Amino acid sequence: MLEQTVQYILSGLTIGSIYAIAAIGYNIIYNATGIINFAQGEFIMVGAMTAITLSAFLPLPLAILFAVIITALLGALIEICCIRWLDRPSVLRMIIITIGLSILIREAALHIWDEKVRSLRFFTGNEVSSVSVFGAHISPQVLWVLGICALIVVLLNVFFKYTLTGRSIRACSSDKMAASLCGINTRNMVTLSFMLSGAIGALAGCVISPITQTQYDCGTHLAIKGFAVAVFGGLGNSMAAVAAGLIVGLLETFSITVMPLAYTDAISIAILLLVLFFRPSGLFGNREAGRLKEF
Amino acid sequence: MKRYISILSLAAVVAVIQLGSTLCGREYYLTQLTMAAYYSLVAVGLCMLMGYAGQISLGHAAFFAIGGYTTAVLTTMNLQAHTSSRIVSLLVQCGLAKPGTDLYGVAQLSLSPWIALGGAGIITVVIAIIIGIPVLKLKGHYLAMATLGFGIIVYRITLGTGLFGQADGISGVPQFTIVPGIAIGGGFANKVINYYIAWVMVICGMLLLLNLIDSRVGRALKSIHGSEEAASAIGIHIPRYKLMVFIISALFASLAGVCLTHYNGGIGPSEAGVMKSVRYVAIVAVGGMANLWGTLIMSVLLNYLSLRGYFGSYDDAVFGAILIGIMLFAPDGIIKTIRTKVEARVKVKVRE
Amino acid sequence: MKIFKILGVTLLSMGMAISLSCAKKPAPQQVVKIGALFSVTGPASFLGAPEAKTVQMLVDQINMAGGVKGAKLEAVIKDTKGDPENAISFAKQLIEEEKVFAIIGPSTSGETMKIKNLCEEAKVLLVSCAAAEVIVNPLAKYVFKVPQKDSQAAIKIFETMKKMGISKIGVVSSNTGFGNAGKEQLEKLAPENSITILISEVYDKTATDLTGVLAKLKSKKVQAVVNWSIEPAQAIVAKNMKQLKMGVPLFQSHGFGNIRYVKEAGEAGEGIIFPCGRLLVADLLPADHPQKSVLTKYKTDYEAKYQEDVSTFGGHAYDALMVLVKSMETAGLDKEQVRMALENLKGFAGTGGVFNFSADDHNGLGLDAFEMLTVKDGKFALLEQK
Repeated sequence: MLEQTVQYILSGLTIGSIYAIAAIGYNIIYNATGIINFAQGEFIMVGAMTAITLSAFLPLPLAILFAVIITALLGALIEICCIRWLDRPSVLRMIIITIGLSILIREAALHIWDEKVRSLRFFTGNEVSSVSVFGAHISPQVLWVLGICALIVVLLNVFFKYTLTGRSIRACSSDKMAASLCGINTRNMVTLSFMLSGAIGALAGCVISPITQTQYDCGTHLAIKGFAVAVFGGLGNSMAAVAAGLIVGLLETFSITVMPLAYTDAISIAILLLVLFFRPSGLFGNREAGRLKEF
Repeated sequence: MKRYISILSLAAVVAVIQLGSTLCGREYYLTQLTMAAYYSLVAVGLCMLMGYAGQISLGHAAFFAIGGYTTAVLTTMNLQAHTSSRIVSLLVQCGLAKPGTDLYGVAQLSLSPWIALGGAGIITVVIAIIIGIPVLKLKGHYLAMATLGFGIIVYRITLGTGLFGQADGISGVPQFTIVPGIAIGGGFANKVINYYIAWVMVICGMLLLLNLIDSRVGRALKSIHGSEEAASAIGIHIPRYKLMVFIISALFASLAGVCLTHYNGGIGPSEAGVMKSVRYVAIVAVGGMANLWGTLIMSVLLNYLSLRGYFGSYDDAVFGAILIGIMLFAPDGIIKTIRTKVEARVKVKVRE
Repeated sequence: MKIFKILGVTLLSMGMAISLSCAKKPAPQQVVKIGALFSVTGPASFLGAPEAKTVQMLVDQINMAGGVKGAKLEAVIKDTKGDPENAISFAKQLIEEEKVFAIIGPSTSGETMKIKNLCEEAKVLLVSCAAAEVIVNPLAKYVFKVPQKDSQAAIKIFETMKKMGISKIGVVSSNTGFGNAGKEQLEKLAPENSITILISEVYDKTATDLTGVLAKLKSKKVQAVVNWSIEPAQAIVAKNMKQLKMGVPLFQSHGFGNIRYVKEAGEAGEGIIFPCGRLLVADLLPADHPQKSVLTKYKTDYEAKYQEDVSTFGGHAYDALMVLVKSMETAGLDKEQVRMALENLKGFAGTGGVFNFSADDHNGLGLDAFEMLTVKDGKFALLEQK
């Protein structure tokens, strides 16, 4: 019985870690611009696909590094082409643009690569290796995902709190006008935040690819779950996103024990709706601060 | 008065297209025009919600699916085994359940589509109220995400439930006999009549919406769209108006779902998918948000081309490109943007 | 009065579109149009893409060799994206507008069921590439299908289990038409094969991790797991089972017939047992096997042309087109005659097996169409049965 429970917990952590790492990317752009980037899932897909292609002739770490750089450039390109020159666009307009982007990137990926499923090598061990905990098992790749999650969160916190660039990005978010009056180039900061979230998305894509496999259309699914998790934790807070991701993962896994697997998705989305209705600031968010935001 | 002239000219165009295609021996164009008409019904309903009430809905395909699946389930249910039950025999006596045989000679006793239509209407209104009240309190991204979430839940339920045929959907939906001789059904012989049924519905729908916009409700909506604070300050009960429009547009989608399901003889989960909802939003955006005529024209055009397979494997990409292009360069819709450009040029010329 | 202008423009453009297509001239040489509905893109693209490629390749080959009965073939391939509404619209288009001789596809059961009645009404042959048995049962006069029957795959699996002394199993299947049909057959046929299904779970085709549901299976102490799906997610089942150290054999359905999935599963794929057509083990067949030459030719042609591994899905399109072509060669270019010929086609060696159609069997494949395969050193191999 103990073994069984531990196994469910570990499975929940596996799924949760995937959601968590997908959710972090949202927060960066949100923090800088107040925009929710619906194309975030596509960053994950593009990152993983690029790394897989590159890993055919490059060692794994280099392939991932280049994939991260390429996706970051893609993020910058998107921002420069579609967002930079808009004059105070409405939220509705931004939503529609990023949705359009996500569709275009996905379709482009279908024609650049193809419809086939791929995956990156396991970072350590292979498909059959697992770590044993109280008689239950977990793939070592999950530990990589969790580790990289933690690393990203720590680095982001340091970046946003202690570096000048990071603080500038935060300044843009809270008041664009005031920030630019302080001599911050707000437009560049937005570009930077798109690059950053592209890079994090790509890294996430690479690290989860061995577990989830990658296909041209896998981004949408991850984006929706990632967003749900980001809202659940409280938009803009990466640490909360990770915690919320793990909670949602555990909830989904334990829901399997009582109901058909086919409905798990509906469960997590229903949780999202409840959070939106009753506590839009998120589980760990500050109610008062939440109200001050535009939404 | 103007709107009646517009409606009449729409009716004229509809008739001319039918006559033209029949004379040319190309009646088969009407098939896709019929389907496009039903999708347009969803689009104009959504236009009302997005353009005039200012509320985005990324889950409108769900209402289409609710209508379609309700009618599909009810009309394909074979009551033959329950003939002894009192309810069933009562239904038969009232003419609300009809015996017949399917294509393979198996005896069928199926419910009348009228019951299904009523059922779909009631279910849609109930769900629209349950979802609408909390969702319409949200704004911006949260509203988008909540409606998207609602769409996903409906999609998941259709995919996961045996009653709804899971991934295969439901097929073998009988035709919907409105009066003897006039039926919504996909048979090759009924193209012209179905074309007119669909377009009469669109015309009625347009008339209803145009009248609504020019009424007290329409003016209230416009003021809400402009500024909610100001609207509520002059005594407009905002949540009630928003909910009302939400229900109307849900009913439009649901009705389209019912009709198209009978026309196609079945429905699949793709009708509830996220991509479908995004398409409706794209069409409203191209049409110019608060522009019913623009939405109708763009919807017929885009759906017609898409259903004929003109975009090939680039179908979704085309819609994605349209979304971005329109929102970047012509957020007021294609027709309005072109018109303002042309008018500006004309003015310059006049001055010269 | 701008609305007049707008309507006028629309009217004009539509009129132009109609008259333009009115002006289309018929081709001088006799051309037989074959309609093809495949989900080349969209969620079922792993089925539709190889199918479309196969049809294009074969039509080119046939035309190079002089066509069928002096007529050139023309494939009209439409991408349905796996959406039934597109399949319906395109099927009507193919039938009424293109006046196609026959339709092959669609790739999925849901789409096929939507256009089954249409083809029956229009008396146009439909040779489906989808597997579900409802396509040919109840039997429709003009509707055929080429993939093997789910029930036969299930029987093959159960037979192998009995030989291995397995009686208590767990079933996982994906929530697609293929998965559901397979699950249904397994549950129906298990009792007569004295096999108990302890637990049956359905997972989503976009699943990213299945350790949770497999843990549930493990707790029931199953002796084997049967996974019935056609999506890439089935490689995840294999990996997760090994990671959980379940230590019981994994049986897959014939939807596993794609070397890509083996590559995805990597080491975890070793020892998977599944029933499949012989396309994947063409080079292991004895030289006198009736399918040997067909299989090797298709495999080498496809792999040379498209630089990718052949899959059984593309093979379905091969069978669909070739049974049609074969019937046309015997019966000429009359639809009704070809239908009769197809119904009486016997001993035709395709990629899925040796087809023997009859008036009440529009599938034409028997139990012998399947071979039990396993994965050995990252390759498909014949299962050696004790």
